Amino acid sequence: MAKLTIDDLKKIKEKTSKETSLRDGPANIKITVHMGTCGIAAGARDVMSALMEEMAEADRQDIRVVASGCMGMCSSEPNVTIEVKDNEPIVYQLMDSNKMRQVFKRHVLLSEVQTDFALAKM
Amino acid sequence: MRELSLHILDVVENGITAGGNCIWIEVEEARQKNQLKIVIRDNGSGMPVEKLENINDPFITSRTTRRVGLGLSLLAAAAERCEGTLRVDSEPGKGTAIEATFRFNHIDRAPLGDMAATITTLIMGNPGIDFVYSHRIDGKEFSLDTREIRTEMEDLSLSDPVVIHHLTRSIRSALKELASNEGVS
Repeated sequence: MAKLTIDDLKKIKEKTSKETSLRDGPANIKITVHMGTCGIAAGARDVMSALMEEMAEADRQDIRVVASGCMGMCSSEPNVTIEVKDNEPIVYQLMDSNKMRQVFKRHVLLSEVQTDFALAKM
Repeated sequence: MRELSLHILDVVENGITAGGNCIWIEVEEARQKNQLKIVIRDNGSGMPVEKLENINDPFITSRTTRRVGLGLSLLAAAAERCEGTLRVDSEPGKGTAIEATFRFNHIDRAPLGDMAATITTLIMGNPGIDFVYSHRIDGKEFSLDTREIRTEMEDLSLSDPVVIHHLTRSIRSALKELASNEGVS
């Protein structure tokens, strides 16, 4: 029976523990990917996958990613909400993996809101 | 949905919304029996009998953001389209189990798709929930239990992006290996 072996886990742990031992600090930025039926059908999983890759690359300790349900704006899915501490949350619409990468690099890392993709301030 | 793994992602979210803290996902590809089976089980709040009777009615939903609930109805349609079935067992207070079967080689059966992405998306997006995933292809099995991984990883968070990245890759290669010995599906 194939299983994720303990050795695999140890390897992952060795690779990550040095880099991430400080990851307990407060979260200043929260990224919500809306993953209801509508979001998933529209491609939210690809958006999440791209986000995971960007996160792994950026190696920032103060960013949290969560999945949530539909917010009732199914026609504009996939939606992503970015909440930067002390700023209004921004909802992005019609996202795909490339837009997600751009929003991550620009808005999340450099605080430049990408108004072209934005649906609303909240 | 283009992939069955997207249905899985979707229906699992139902179980999480129902208050479950552990979700079991089983995928069985029995190519000799010409059957694909997907079982999703949660330990959430379960459903009352009246609701179960109307389970495939898209206008029965507990959601409040819109009046249509599509997740299960879409999965049922995907199964029935290829001579399969959808069964839902639920008991209030104990949880819900959903079993979908498909004729493996039916022309209308959607591909299973990227299960690794589905599993790690679930793990990353739901830090407080445990997942037990088992995938069998013609009798060979791959399994993953986040409760075990958590104990093994000690202080490291499972939703850490670097961990998720490695996890996705190791699931993907393990599944590839499972499928490979038996030729092309």
